[in-house]
Amino acid sequence: MEFEIPWDALFGGVLLGLSASLLLLLNGRIAGISGIVSGLLKPENGEVLWRVLFVIGMVFSALLAPKLGFELPQSLPVSSFFWVGIAGLLVGIGTKIGNGCTSGHGICGMGRLSGRSIVATCVFMAVAVATVFVRLHLL
Amino acid sequence: MKNLSQAVASQLIALVSGTLFGLGMMISGMVDPDRVLGFLDITGAWDPSLMFVMGGALAVFMPIYLLVIKKRTAPVCSERFRLSNNHMIDKKLVGGAVLFGLGWGIAGICPGPAVTSISGLNPSMLVFIAAMLLGMVIANLAVNKYGKTKPEKVGVTARS
Repeated sequence: MEFEIPWDALFGGVLLGLSASLLLLLNGRIAGISGIVSGLLKPENGEVLWRVLFVIGMVFSALLAPKLGFELPQSLPVSSFFWVGIAGLLVGIGTKIGNGCTSGHGICGMGRLSGRSIVATCVFMAVAVATVFVRLHLL
Repeated sequence: MKNLSQAVASQLIALVSGTLFGLGMMISGMVDPDRVLGFLDITGAWDPSLMFVMGGALAVFMPIYLLVIKKRTAPVCSERFRLSNNHMIDKKLVGGAVLFGLGWGIAGICPGPAVTSISGLNPSMLVFIAAMLLGMVIANLAVNKYGKTKPEKVGVTARS
């Protein structure tokens, strides 16, 4: 079976790693998006501007990327307001209670060999896979 | 004045880092929930791309962390590292991961791609984001009300 390395995925991942390395080495902060965003909801002194700038950077990148040939998807596979609403709620609650998401735990936490993050990543990966299995193959 | 230039530098770093992160999201395909669900659909038409996203990220971050960052007592442009002091694998961690996994599995969207996608003004994505913010607020209230305080991020060196 022929298998070709998805170079875009790999390169994108490298950029994520670079971003996280930069933020931690220079600013001493974890590039965990759920944490960065939730920190904006409970603003504390000295914690707002850098998060706003980080988010601006992320949003801006989506305007930059098309010039490199990478666009946002035209449509979403799950688009019903009800279901994305439920999904969003679960993601918001889960990442807050669990202190992280795919970037926070999956990249930064695992990269630091944090036991907590390794466990969290294994759990949310397994649950996500199971959820997709149920939704696509059982329902 | 070292402090002022440090302060300016760290804000610039935040902007640059955010841009790199968003580019990583766009180029890797993480912003495409179809591709994410394709990775999570391991019994179906499996798309292993996401493995390479995380692999690429860790291949860069892990060595830099272990060989460079961990040895420092402070970041380059900031006073201290803000790293979690919590090493407990507890119900909150696992429970949170379960809920996050559920939400992620339903729509294939997690916080990074969601924020990156804002400019597309896709109504469903905006609903997701609003719901996500609401969820964070709810979780915060619940955690505050029902007791165990969130572990404080303290200024620990990367060594601990």
